[in-house]
Amino acid sequence: MTLIGSAAAIAVLLFFVVRTYSAQIAQSGQDSILEASVTSILDAVTLRDGDVEVDLPYVAFSMLSTEADDRVFYALWQDETLLSGYELLPVADAPDGGEIVLVSAIFDGAPVRVATAARILVGANDRMRVTVSVAQTQDALAGTLNKISRNVGLIGAGFFILSVLVASWATNSTIRLMERLTNSITRRGPKDLTPVARPVPLEMAPLVALLNSFMARLDTSLKQSEDFIAEAAHRVRTPLATVRSHAEATLQRVEREDNRQALRAMVRAIDESSRAAGQLLDHAMITFRADHLETHEVDLVELVEDLVTRLTPVAEMKDIALTVVSEGQVRVEADAILLQNALRNLVENALKYVPEESEITLEVFATPRPRIEVRDKGPGFPPDQMQDLAARFSRGENAKDTIGSGLGLTIAKDVAMAHGGELTLTNMPEGGACVTLLL
Amino acid sequence: MRYLVALMIWLCPLGAFAQEWEDQNAFGPASAKTTLRVLSSTDTSLFVPIIEDFLQEQPDVSIEYFVTGTAQIDQVFRAAPEDFDVLISSAMDLQLKLVNDGFSVKIENLDQPQWAQWRQSLFAFTTEPATIVINRAAFAPGAVPQTRQELIAAMRARPDIFRGRVGTYDVRESGLGYLFATQDARSSETFWRLMEVMGGLDARLYCCSGAMIDDLVAGKLMVAYNVLGSYVAAREDVAEQLEVVLPSDFPTTMMRTAFVSSRTDVEDEASAFVRHLVEVQTGPRNREVFPLPPLISAVDDTGQAVISLEPALMTYLDPLKRKTFIKEWSSAVIQ
Amino acid sequence: MKFLLVEDNIELANAVSARLNLDGHVVDHADKIEYAMAFMQTGEYDLILLDIMLPDGDGRTFLKHHRSGKNDTPVIVLTARSQVSDRISLLDLGADDYMTKPFDHEELQARCRAVLRRNAGHAQSVTELGGVALDPVAGRLTIGTSAVTLRNRELRLLELLISAPGQIFSKAKLADRLFSYDEDVSENAIEVYIGRLRKHLEPSELRITTLRGLGYRLDHG
Repeated sequence: MTLIGSAAAIAVLLFFVVRTYSAQIAQSGQDSILEASVTSILDAVTLRDGDVEVDLPYVAFSMLSTEADDRVFYALWQDETLLSGYELLPVADAPDGGEIVLVSAIFDGAPVRVATAARILVGANDRMRVTVSVAQTQDALAGTLNKISRNVGLIGAGFFILSVLVASWATNSTIRLMERLTNSITRRGPKDLTPVARPVPLEMAPLVALLNSFMARLDTSLKQSEDFIAEAAHRVRTPLATVRSHAEATLQRVEREDNRQALRAMVRAIDESSRAAGQLLDHAMITFRADHLETHEVDLVELVEDLVTRLTPVAEMKDIALTVVSEGQVRVEADAILLQNALRNLVENALKYVPEESEITLEVFATPRPRIEVRDKGPGFPPDQMQDLAARFSRGENAKDTIGSGLGLTIAKDVAMAHGGELTLTNMPEGGACVTLLL
Repeated sequence: MRYLVALMIWLCPLGAFAQEWEDQNAFGPASAKTTLRVLSSTDTSLFVPIIEDFLQEQPDVSIEYFVTGTAQIDQVFRAAPEDFDVLISSAMDLQLKLVNDGFSVKIENLDQPQWAQWRQSLFAFTTEPATIVINRAAFAPGAVPQTRQELIAAMRARPDIFRGRVGTYDVRESGLGYLFATQDARSSETFWRLMEVMGGLDARLYCCSGAMIDDLVAGKLMVAYNVLGSYVAAREDVAEQLEVVLPSDFPTTMMRTAFVSSRTDVEDEASAFVRHLVEVQTGPRNREVFPLPPLISAVDDTGQAVISLEPALMTYLDPLKRKTFIKEWSSAVIQ
Repeated sequence: MKFLLVEDNIELANAVSARLNLDGHVVDHADKIEYAMAFMQTGEYDLILLDIMLPDGDGRTFLKHHRSGKNDTPVIVLTARSQVSDRISLLDLGADDYMTKPFDHEELQARCRAVLRRNAGHAQSVTELGGVALDPVAGRLTIGTSAVTLRNRELRLLELLISAPGQIFSKAKLADRLFSYDEDVSENAIEVYIGRLRKHLEPSELRITTLRGLGYRLDHG
């Protein structure tokens, strides 16, 4: 819009400037002819026998013919006496040397341009000042101006339209290019920080170069952050591992009950902090990933089976059996990493609260919507707290003595919601808890 | 006699009522709502068909047609512009000056070529050359002079035949005569020599073409210079006796012009009349309706170019210029 | 079992070795990949414990190298990374399993057992005593002709007792090994498992003796 406004303003300005300039030129055209006319008459002024004689040249008025048939007026003065012509014609004061003075005036109700010049004639006994004025109406001039105005107006309008068209075309093509650029960037995966390779117009090149360098910096920064986190994790966890291993070893050798309890407490503390840190990191990662899920087609059954394979050794330690139930493949578009994370948290939760020699079943359904049910035969959820359990950091009463922050359910719920689904907690009628992850 | 009448009119610029007209006629129903007062230099006989043709279309209009000399038209009209509605004259210079001085109104929607109108106000409707008219008795067939030079030679050769028997306009009295003379003088020196020769032959001076033709027919003139050939053509009776020569060296052709007075009360009807004058010749030319030579292209085959309808026509109307010209003319023609 | 521990942190290596030694395992420690490779040339190991972040190149290179060779010794990777990093898929690289530090040794044992179980080609040492053959990896107790697969805790309990016949194991010690550190263990729990074992061992010459106030002892004969 600004573009159109400025183009219009420029066109209007152009119109006025050209018109004014043309008007001056046109006026000077008329003036030249008037000057020539006055000059030709002035040249024909002679003094004969003390009388001023003016032999008006035919050409003096002939040259004043215009297309618009402008009216012509003239006046010849000898000092204060009118020799001939139109007495009432306004006559300017012209210098003696024949210099021509041009004025605009009104005569007989019409705007006229008057050229005046004067000469001194020296006779035997006296000096006389002869003034010649020639005037012409400005109909032709006005006609020319109108034509010029019209033409300039048309040119201005044409220029305006052309510049608007060119500007719109340029803007549109730039906008289209930008849209294509935007689209190609939008279509990128959340982790794609490779430089933009699309050809871009020259004007946008600095912007795109900046974008690329920004993405490169971001990529470096992210990598650095990840490396830092990895490094930090390594540096923090390795000493913790040392402590834990020593604690376990020492526990085997101490006899005194208070020493034993202290060491057990140490191990518990290390485990709690480790799991808490892990869950916090998981949660942070999920929060980040939830905005740009990296979805692929995954088989939920395969995913659950992999998880079970991984967790079986841990479950075995409590003689808890992990079973997978399904009817063939269940394919969904989902973020595999997030789902595994959520399920792992749910199963680990169950492993904590379920007594030994029990069973945890993971069942995968395809209809009506893909979902996974984690069922156990434990104590179940405290009914009055089921709503709040998934809220961040809450822990059920059951969990009083159990290691691990309450993030497990929160993580699972966040993952479910990121996939447009939900997490439901129920207690089964025959006893035990059931957590449903619905996608 | 005509001179006296002309002089009287010249000396007494009174209103139309005190005016003595060459001719005065009324046309159309007496009970007409509108009366057009036309002031013209053209003989009534030539205009009757035009007027009657116009009035056929305008049942509620009547026309008063006044005829006088071209110079008188200018005088009378300037004195009382409100007394007339349409002005028709062959003196292009006087007409143009009247329009220049603001005495006319524009007639819209009347499209004429640039050379045939001025300011959309003054409209030409004929082209009439200035001719040399000779009495056939004076010349053997084949010996008729075709150019001014030839005329000069012919007159010089037989002064006895032509003495006191050559005539031309008195430019002091006739506006058209003055126009023709000044235009001739512009064109060539030949004019002045012709004038001198005629002056040496005791040239007779006239106010109008009609008088020259009369005297030609009567045998009082052998040669008349700058006569309106159209008037000769209009008089069917003189074809045998007189011959009209279009000088082939350079042409002097006038256009009869008309305009509507700025002080008219009946602008619509007046404009319609002028429009009629112009348009009546665009159809198939009908001598009965339009006896005058029509408006032709500004330049025809013989190279006849009309006098330009432009402000320069005012040059010779300038008193100083006129004084000088008349002085020169007088010294040549009146010896 | 014979372990190769590839870990650059000496303290941790010592701690892990100490703990493994307690169970009677032998541990060779390499703190650089080149040493690890050298160890692999000369020795035969039941299992390799590999720290994935090593100073002279990632443990991944070692993994790749190990896998490209004919050696099929199972590798359990020790990593400090969060499990859900998508940048590494250790199992894709050739690890058999992985554990995040700090790890629980009982879990390590369980995973070793699982890994070795999968690795069928590897012959495992079977403990024989008093007419009883115990395959700790498979968890199978063979007495005479009949074989029974023990439950995890029963197996671990028997493993402990059979590793030092005649030694008294206090309830507390046994509880430390059998139950996780956050479990509230009642005294009866141990008795239940002891009871079950006694039942299994009836046909054999082995007996578990209760020493009131002291603990339990596996006796031969």
